[in-house]
Amino acid sequence: MAEKERVTLIVFSGELDKALVAFNIAIGAASSGMEVSMFFTFWGLNIIKRNEGSIHSKGIMRRMLNMMNRGGSKRTHLSKFHMMGLGTWMMKRLMKDVNSPQLEELMAMAKEMGVKFIACTTTMGIMGIGKDAFIPEVNSFAGVATYLAEAREGKINLFI
Amino acid sequence: MKADATLDCIGLYCPLPIAHTAKKLKELEVGQVLEILADDEGIKEDMPAWCKTTGNELLGIEEDAGGYRVYVRKSRFDGRADLRE
Repeated sequence: MAEKERVTLIVFSGELDKALVAFNIAIGAASSGMEVSMFFTFWGLNIIKRNEGSIHSKGIMRRMLNMMNRGGSKRTHLSKFHMMGLGTWMMKRLMKDVNSPQLEELMAMAKEMGVKFIACTTTMGIMGIGKDAFIPEVNSFAGVATYLAEAREGKINLFI
Repeated sequence: MKADATLDCIGLYCPLPIAHTAKKLKELEVGQVLEILADDEGIKEDMPAWCKTTGNELLGIEEDAGGYRVYVRKSRFDGRADLRE
């Protein structure tokens, strides 16, 4: 059997709409028999932070940052028309109307299909958050070399 | 067209019809035919593209008032090993 094609996605953005697209592509690729890795960096880390509990960090600036930038898939909002939550709520309703899966369902589906989640340790260091800030589905914590090693073998690399 | 199994994807949008097809086809034997019912127009382009990528054979797409009937023959599913089980 031919070697599997590899797809790498850099998820830089932390907004709901962009996350939906990223997971949509990941699921499509996994369904097409491809090996998929998603690298979450910067605001993208918010998507894979756990929704429950508080996130600990040291120092006043980092504590403030993590309070304002709490993250978690359930706290993501639209990059446009968020409108203090109304727009995001409406979009979720519209998606439900047409049986389109919510972000959490897409994440679970991707995971079930073997999509790898990788969190960027540099951003974690800058923002002062540890591994315990993330959902257990994260496969590994790594940096740019890991991304490049996978991306150079892949035909499809996207920055979202 | 005669099919060995039918998958109902009515009311579902991308990427669900493709994802469900990939999953359902794993349950079939090589040579068997899966019928997919769908009403999202994207299926007309997506299923041929998916078949091209995965190596499965697209036998045809029938269109009627209710939507589309897509027929795929399992030929050589090139999916992930852990998904094929």
